[in-house]
Amino acid sequence: MTDVRPRIRLPRSASAGDSIVVKTLVNHDMESGQRRNSAGETIPRQIINRFTCEFAGVMVIDAYLEPAISANPYIEFEAVVPASGDFVFTWYDDNGDVYTATETFEVS
Amino acid sequence: MLTRRDTLAIGLGASALAALPLTASATPVDDAVAAFTGGAAVAEGGVTITAPEIAENGNTVPISVEAAGATEIMLIATGNPTPNVGRFVFGPGSGSSMVATRIRLGRTQDVMAIAKMADGSYASTAVEVKVTIGGCGG
Repeated sequence: MTDVRPRIRLPRSASAGDSIVVKTLVNHDMESGQRRNSAGETIPRQIINRFTCEFAGVMVIDAYLEPAISANPYIEFEAVVPASGDFVFTWYDDNGDVYTATETFEVS
Repeated sequence: MLTRRDTLAIGLGASALAALPLTASATPVDDAVAAFTGGAAVAEGGVTITAPEIAENGNTVPISVEAAGATEIMLIATGNPTPNVGRFVFGPGSGSSMVATRIRLGRTQDVMAIAKMADGSYASTAVEVKVTIGGCGG
């Protein structure tokens, strides 16, 4: 895997206590383990098997992913923001790598 | 000496044997559902899946699931070689029991969502997605 760059989209602003839409994407092949290369050998599975999002230390979503999730896994969900704080996003790769991204969100 | 009656009996026995594995073991979809619910009853409705009726490219089919009051949602692609798609657990910071993602579908099939409600009950729904080009293998 070449460099993994997570992309996060949050709304520009929100009031304290609002529920906001969070859109996340990470570039990853999500090699399913079903495909064969030109020599007819099975290409081993390598996917993001888990994704989590926490806001200010509180779990928002914990997702367990299977090979049926498309390449460059996109996950959209809603989070409650009671006050300003940090979003922490974590992706777990089959090969043991862990990718994280942090976004500070200010409520008005 | 093999009579016509014997041959018939052998044939019947063979077909009965061949039919056995089908009735003895559940389908992979049933297994996936049972692994999630632990064999509990699953009600119909209370879950909404938003997916295209026709997906031109099975490699990336946008899908959104919502189930008010759910603590967990499991997505199952009933016609894929491996039916499990993903399991989404909503934490205390979740704004609503909704998740949207993009999935792979090998062929035209029903996509099923099972929601685990806060009271421990289960609800499910399924929608058919027609796939023009499959998203598995290749």
